[in-house]
Amino acid sequence: MEIFTPGGPLLIFLASLFTSNILLSKFLGMCSFIALSRNMKTSFGMGIAVTFVTFATALINYGIHHGILAKGSVIFPDADLTYLEFLIFILVIAGFVQFVEIILERFIPSLYFSFGIFLPLITVNCAILGVNLLMVDPNLNFDLFKTGVYALGSGLGYCLAICLMAGIRNKLQDADIPEPLQGLGSTVIITGIMALAFMGFTGMVELG
Amino acid sequence: MAGMANEDRLSGLMKSGIGENNPVLVQILGICSALAVTGLVSTTLVMGLSLMLVTSLSCLFISLLRNTIPHRVRLMVQMLVISVFVILIHLYLKAFHYDISRALGAYVGLIITNCIVLGRSEGYALRHGPIASFIDGLANAFGYALVLLCISLVREGFGGGTLLGWKWSPAGFRPALILKSAPGAFVTLGCLVWIVRGWALRKSSAQGATKA
Repeated sequence: MEIFTPGGPLLIFLASLFTSNILLSKFLGMCSFIALSRNMKTSFGMGIAVTFVTFATALINYGIHHGILAKGSVIFPDADLTYLEFLIFILVIAGFVQFVEIILERFIPSLYFSFGIFLPLITVNCAILGVNLLMVDPNLNFDLFKTGVYALGSGLGYCLAICLMAGIRNKLQDADIPEPLQGLGSTVIITGIMALAFMGFTGMVELG
Repeated sequence: MAGMANEDRLSGLMKSGIGENNPVLVQILGICSALAVTGLVSTTLVMGLSLMLVTSLSCLFISLLRNTIPHRVRLMVQMLVISVFVILIHLYLKAFHYDISRALGAYVGLIITNCIVLGRSEGYALRHGPIASFIDGLANAFGYALVLLCISLVREGFGGGTLLGWKWSPAGFRPALILKSAPGAFVTLGCLVWIVRGWALRKSSAQGATKA
């Protein structure tokens, strides 16, 4: 397989990690990004949890999209059921999160307690639904492998951005920021500067 | 008298959603789409209207259903109600306003995970009557739409030199393209937060001074 050609898996991975970073260029997952980037440990936990759920649900939803919903699918080849995408995808995500919660609670309690608070939050994390909705875009024409790579790259991209932000906010703790700019204001402006830095990668790799 | 009190309460809800508890600027909810769709005033208006419809109607229906929803699966039920309205809007836009539907892309679907909708239905509609929930949802979504409109006026006005596609700028005007891109969106929102919070702080400290 040609991995270095445009649209190849390696380039999709790099593009979803840097140039089309889900957070900095598509603005998805901002709420949790701002709320949780106060310390490194929480950020990393959230980042890993998002990566895992994105990756798994993207694969499941890929199967559902091409097996049932899309025109020419395996089960209903004549019907175009893509209008049900939103409903099915969000149910899969919510169901999957609940399922993982139950499994972890039963078999790996230690991981459950360190992961615990992030899992319910993930259901409404728009980064995950966003990746799921973007990957079925017919213009991208991803196969199963590329979908997996794209979901993994996007999840890791979110993890990277939130950890970088936690590092910066950690350094800013003692800084004398004007009162109205504390919290949301400064975080958003710093994110803007980070997005500017990530824009520097533009043109090196393109998605699709 | 009871009617009066009720009206007071409803207008209070309206004020709180638009002003002191503004979902974007104070509660920090719904930032994603506030940044993503504000490149053009037209897409912003459509997004604001869609969110107002979805939030108010889902709050209304969840409030009507609130005594029949089992506590354990309430998130799933809320998601279902919300996504039904989002699908309706998505289909309507696709059928009658195809260009705008294309421009908004996946962000219409992402209304489902917009924290404002779930936040209002979870935080308010599950415990209050249908009319109050409807007004509360409408007010919060309206507050959201106002903030988005401010951002989009700056971004389209100075980033493209146009407003709703009409060229307002003089011939020699060179648009600040950075405002149209992702970093510009972040910085515009940051500055808006700065201005509004600064103004609110000044107002509250002035009030404190007169009381003391």
